[in-house]
Amino acid sequence: MNLHEYQAKELLKKYNVPVQEGYACNTPHEAEEAYRQIKTQYGSNFAVLKAQIHAGGRGKGKVKETGINGVKVAKSGEEVTEFSQKLLGGTLVTIQTGEEGKVINKILVAQDMYYDGPSERKEFYLSILLDRSLGQNVIMYSTEGGMDIEEVAHNTPDKIFKEWVHPAGGLEPFQARKIAFNFGLSGDAFKNCVRFVTNLYKAYQGLECSMLEINPLFKTADNKMVAVDCKMGLDENALMRHPDLSAMRDLSEEDPTEVEAAKYNLNFVKLDGNVGCMVNGAGLAMATMDMIKLSGGEPANFLDVGGTANAQTVEAGFKIILKDPNVKAILINIFGGIVRCDRVAQGVIDAYKNLGNIHIPIIVRLQGTNAEEAKKLIDESGLKVQSAILLSEAADLVKKAVA
Amino acid sequence: MSILINKNSKILVQGFTGTEGTFHATQMIEYGTNLVGGVTPGKGGNTHLDKPVFNTVEDCVKSTGADVSIIFVPPSFAADAIMEATEAGIKLVVCITEGIPTQDMIKVNNYLQGTGTRLIGPNCPGVITADECKVGIMPGFVFKKGRIGIVSKSGTLTYEAADQVAKAGLGISTAVGIGGDPIIGTTTKEAIELFMNDNETDAIVMIGEIGGGMEAEAARYIKEQGNKKPVVGFIAGQTAPPGRRMGHAGAIIGGAEDTAAAKMKIMEECGIHVVKSPADIGKRMAEVMK
Repeated sequence: MNLHEYQAKELLKKYNVPVQEGYACNTPHEAEEAYRQIKTQYGSNFAVLKAQIHAGGRGKGKVKETGINGVKVAKSGEEVTEFSQKLLGGTLVTIQTGEEGKVINKILVAQDMYYDGPSERKEFYLSILLDRSLGQNVIMYSTEGGMDIEEVAHNTPDKIFKEWVHPAGGLEPFQARKIAFNFGLSGDAFKNCVRFVTNLYKAYQGLECSMLEINPLFKTADNKMVAVDCKMGLDENALMRHPDLSAMRDLSEEDPTEVEAAKYNLNFVKLDGNVGCMVNGAGLAMATMDMIKLSGGEPANFLDVGGTANAQTVEAGFKIILKDPNVKAILINIFGGIVRCDRVAQGVIDAYKNLGNIHIPIIVRLQGTNAEEAKKLIDESGLKVQSAILLSEAADLVKKAVA
Repeated sequence: MSILINKNSKILVQGFTGTEGTFHATQMIEYGTNLVGGVTPGKGGNTHLDKPVFNTVEDCVKSTGADVSIIFVPPSFAADAIMEATEAGIKLVVCITEGIPTQDMIKVNNYLQGTGTRLIGPNCPGVITADECKVGIMPGFVFKKGRIGIVSKSGTLTYEAADQVAKAGLGISTAVGIGGDPIIGTTTKEAIELFMNDNETDAIVMIGEIGGGMEAEAARYIKEQGNKKPVVGFIAGQTAPPGRRMGHAGAIIGGAEDTAAAKMKIMEECGIHVVKSPADIGKRMAEVMK
């Protein structure tokens, strides 16, 4: 589960991680009020307005309707009004959102950190994530902050450092120092960096993040270390322990069909193809998508109905797939183990009858426990449903359906 | 010999009296598995499915001599259950539970180091040695006895592969579902290694999916070993969209070996018989075994 920048920063503050301060605003009026607050608190006429959407590349991205960038520096109250009007309610298209973009419901009005001072300002990169192969968390960091880190990794891999955290001990002080030294820091900035990294790792552990990225991690002209931007993902499996974090989920950022599918315990991912599918088990579901492609179609979705494929889940699955007008055929692929195929077949027949107006071919492949009985049920139902037992037979039927 | 489990294995069930535990323990007993007892804290001293119930794994091991445990406890308690079994000296722990928090698995992974315990899973269908012993939730009848080993990250896809192998006139020695979580106890490579050294296995089906570098690691191992036994491979997710499950930074660490195409290429280069369609697993194995 992903959080917005403003939510992530609020959480970091609880762990004493310094962040660029700001106020999340829903209206231009709130933005103006936030600007007044920032002006008095920090004595600067500058404020940064940042669109709050679940995607990166906001600074370079543009709002479709108004042409404005997703991150803007305002130098006056008037500019705050203008920019917030052009941002809020607009659709921001970035390199990560796809052409359709994402609607901006909130903006963060934040303090300007790029003020002058006795030392040089610097931008760093730092993220914490799981290294699957070692089963340990790893801190990845670079002196090349504020840029696309994938580009840095590709062009100058020697500028990316990694620090693995021992699962029993946690992040040790010498590791935090090493990071600060590798950043080339000294004096107050060094001390602040050690504190920043130490507390950030505590936040990562305490909140049970799946990913935490600070880019840029910013050294101000007066040697403070501050999180200017923050991307935070939470481990969904751990949310049961964090009801407060669960409550921060922003469903408007998620695909509405996927949200609806989740209500029926269906694991659904929308794709762009023309053949829908409904499968039990994630691995078999992915394999079924691959088979659709090899048969000349394109998968319209990933849908794992899990261990209980009954009339209700099948009907819900049908409804969700049929919402997509591009779907020309649906393939149901169930390997009955504990679930009996004849039950699933009856579920398909009931769901089909309940829905009444399915105008596209349905191919049902049931294999495993009571597969023969299931095929007979389907074949004798009088419905326009084609049945198969072998996966290769199902592939041939898909081939015919999309030809 | 088969691998991991056989008719002499003594199985205990953690989370024995719960709905899942009861259902699958019944199926396992029906299959002929030597299930010696179970553990549910607070219900020790009772009898369930005609088998003794214990409060702790240690008590169960002492009384029954159990050497394999299968875990059906909810995600919040599963890590603890794995460590309890490890502490009690269980040789093989099979964890079926889905949805264990990653931080818990980091801890478990570390806890297991240096112990004599092997973990299979979590979030897996378990292990079955055909006609001898089923420690899992798979439909037993699909796994006809034979000399092909299966290692897979996925449940139903394992059944699919076993079924195709049977229809091709061959059968299964042992099938291992290693699980699809980011941190798992036994890797693809480790399972392959067991099969390579098993004199009851002649060939191996290796089923992977997108994400992580386990298949590439296994493929390189197979090549290093001089392709001792033929391996038929399939990777699910050739059509899966990139970036849906992994975060921004994760793509770097995982590196270029994350996609199905990349994994299939490495596997082919390492002499594995890779099939593009999941429908061809059995057919290809039959060709290879001719």
